[in-house]
Amino acid sequence: MKQSPNSQCLIPYILFLADSTLILSHRNSEWCGHGPILEQDIALTNIALDLLGQSRNFYQYAAELINEQQNLQDVKVPPSEGFREASEDSLAYLRNERDFKNLLLVELPNGDWGQTILKQFYFSTYQLYLFQQLQNHSNQQLAAIAAKAIKEVMYHIRWSSEWVIRLGDGTEESNERMTNAVEALKDYTNEMFIAADYEVEMAIDLKLIQQQWTEKVKTVFEEATLSLPEKVFNQTGGKRGIHTEHLGYILAEMQHLQRAYPNAEW
Amino acid sequence: MSEINKIRSILSKVTDPEVPVLTIADLGIIRDVIVNDEKIEVIITPTYSGCPAMDMISINIKLALAEHGYKNVTVKNILSPAWTTDWMSEEGKQKLKAYGIAPPNTKQAVCTPDSFQEEETVQCPQCSSFNTQLVSRFGSTACKALYQCNDCKEPFDYFKCH
Repeated sequence: MKQSPNSQCLIPYILFLADSTLILSHRNSEWCGHGPILEQDIALTNIALDLLGQSRNFYQYAAELINEQQNLQDVKVPPSEGFREASEDSLAYLRNERDFKNLLLVELPNGDWGQTILKQFYFSTYQLYLFQQLQNHSNQQLAAIAAKAIKEVMYHIRWSSEWVIRLGDGTEESNERMTNAVEALKDYTNEMFIAADYEVEMAIDLKLIQQQWTEKVKTVFEEATLSLPEKVFNQTGGKRGIHTEHLGYILAEMQHLQRAYPNAEW
Repeated sequence: MSEINKIRSILSKVTDPEVPVLTIADLGIIRDVIVNDEKIEVIITPTYSGCPAMDMISINIKLALAEHGYKNVTVKNILSPAWTTDWMSEEGKQKLKAYGIAPPNTKQAVCTPDSFQEEETVQCPQCSSFNTQLVSRFGSTACKALYQCNDCKEPFDYFKCH
């Protein structure tokens, strides 16, 4: 039986999961009204909505734990102005860039449609194998959120892998775009499998996830006539709050309203 | 009628704001009703993590009970066990079909990651033909996919198995 992780690790870990799903959701929502055809515009925004829902479940749980704790040192609870205690909203809207723990992969600009769907495929595949372990985790609330989300993730993988295959094994131009997308994202995938300090205690087998993830990507790439990248450099930092320049712009847009008009509702 | 049954019968008339032919009882999202003196706790489970109808459903539950004089009501969301379309009532599936939405197939192999390229056979809610094709995996809401019938040519929503 796995030991329950202590909250010093649990809270940052939940925030890592929450931030990663929120930021990818936000990136996907940028496609709303810009998709190549209406049906796919709707598909991607539906995926954004699923991810947003998952992030809300994680934030709500993190807020609950933060409020339970009196003297928390390693999680900065946002300023009390407007928000008397931590909530899903305060965690999403009032934390700064350095407090966000999302993967670098999800904050990268969308690029073209090929890059967007490849990013989604990479992330959904990671989520599937991670959630397969999390749904049996000793922490029951994490297990419940994962068991709920995994059914949604399944549809995201189906959708995104079909697109990887369609474009990879498509025209000369679509294949070239997918090849460029593989190149653009290649340094950002291994961060998923490199544990942050707080992740170690969660007793998740990242080696296994990496193996399953690589196998799945390989299978889909073979059908898509794409090659796995050979030399990669491991870009890391996101899990620790060290981000690319892109996250700041996302937060500026996403948080502007709550920062300018605290507690605004509509 | 006992208090709980009375409350359950009120709840059974609350509808889903996005698919108004279905009640929340048809959907199978009411997990429990707990009555403690004047306090009533209704426990529901979300269909999808990000389903925007859930907040509305909570409000509608409180409104419906308030109309019958129940003031002290809390609605609690629990995630586990995760909702599945297998909990949808037979009656609910019939209502969906009559409304023009193909009801969910029972959970099957297509919901597993390894069979991601297998297609489901979905019956047209208009002419009952099985000769239909997938247009998009996501329809007007996250819980639906878009199909078209090859026989009567009608496009239709399919409530995905989940």
